[in-house]
Amino acid sequence: MAANKGAQLSKNVLQMKFMQRSVLRIEREQNEDERQKIIDDEHWVLDLPEYKTKEHRYLKDQSYAFCEQLRFGRQSFQGFNPEIEKLMKAEIAEQELKEAEEKEKQNSVSDKEMTQRYSSLMGILAKKFAKKRSRKDIVDEEEVEEPSKKKAFLKPSDD
Amino acid sequence: MADKRVGNVFMPGDVLEDLQVSESVKKIVLGPGLIDDGNRIKISKPGILRFREPGIYWIDCHQKRYVPSKGDSVIGIITQKAGDIFRVDIGGSEQASLSYLSFEGATKRNRPDVKVGDIVYAKLLVANKDMEPEVVCIDSYGRSSGMGVIRNGGFLFNASLNLVRKLLSPQCALVKSLGHRFQFELAVGLNGRVWAKSKSDIQTIAMANGIMASEFMDNNQIKAMCKRLSRAVSGMEVE
Repeated sequence: MAANKGAQLSKNVLQMKFMQRSVLRIEREQNEDERQKIIDDEHWVLDLPEYKTKEHRYLKDQSYAFCEQLRFGRQSFQGFNPEIEKLMKAEIAEQELKEAEEKEKQNSVSDKEMTQRYSSLMGILAKKFAKKRSRKDIVDEEEVEEPSKKKAFLKPSDD
Repeated sequence: MADKRVGNVFMPGDVLEDLQVSESVKKIVLGPGLIDDGNRIKISKPGILRFREPGIYWIDCHQKRYVPSKGDSVIGIITQKAGDIFRVDIGGSEQASLSYLSFEGATKRNRPDVKVGDIVYAKLLVANKDMEPEVVCIDSYGRSSGMGVIRNGGFLFNASLNLVRKLLSPQCALVKSLGHRFQFELAVGLNGRVWAKSKSDIQTIAMANGIMASEFMDNNQIKAMCKRLSRAVSGMEVE
């Protein structure tokens, strides 16, 4: 819009007679801007109490094919229709892949287990990464209560 | 964690209250035969309550009338060409519509070659109790992936919806053991239509009879039947 642009005409120029049309235009544009703003804010909002959407506890699927995991209905055997046989092979491969993935999921360590394992290892790992000197301190602190027995040479019996 | 009532028989109108959910499952999926009615679940089909991990419940019932549901693969028969759509009989209460553009490789100029009376293997895109069902013959990538017009003969017959589900269930040995003994092709629609084709008519009819007979057999009986069937067929073909 012209009114917003950097190069604005000065008041004196606008007061000249031949500039009157431009003055009108600029005014009109400003008015329009303001009206637009009013529309933006309030035009699309209905003043209604908030809707409570019921939470659906169930998903619905009325297809037996999904529930019973039925196979695809076109099948061919012993090379009667190679095209269909190719599709069947692809379907079987896909299914096997899915099963393998599921198995892998069961066997592998979950994120939760991982964090548990590592949080239990915390102290030990800290020891590992500590510098030699401070490591000694940690060890010392733990072993303070143990009575320090001096090791001495035990003479074996002669018999 | 499955509910204790899984495996029990329920009748329409029965109410299931506080269905059990394990903690890890956020939402239960209600399959066919179960209706969410506020804070309780109502049963709408007579049958056995089934459960599958994680948290999927449904009613397993014997049924002959097909009710379209989204995502089902069905066998339809083209009954009418109406402008840019085909009307397809899929065995439901209403005929489904099939756009001529929803075939693999079809464009506005290049119309698919489909005639009235053709059999199509299609997937239900829209299935709503208040709307006309719509079927398509392409997947979301625009490929046919086994769908489309089924040509070159074969034999189409009707079965109960139960039998059709049994044929496609991963536990059932029927299709596999037929596949060991015969060279054939099969299309099974969840609307209870089965199309079979093999190298001879005798074999096709024998297989169709075998499939129809297997509805109330267990896997061992099915295997024995397939053995007898293949012997009988080979005997007939020798003559």
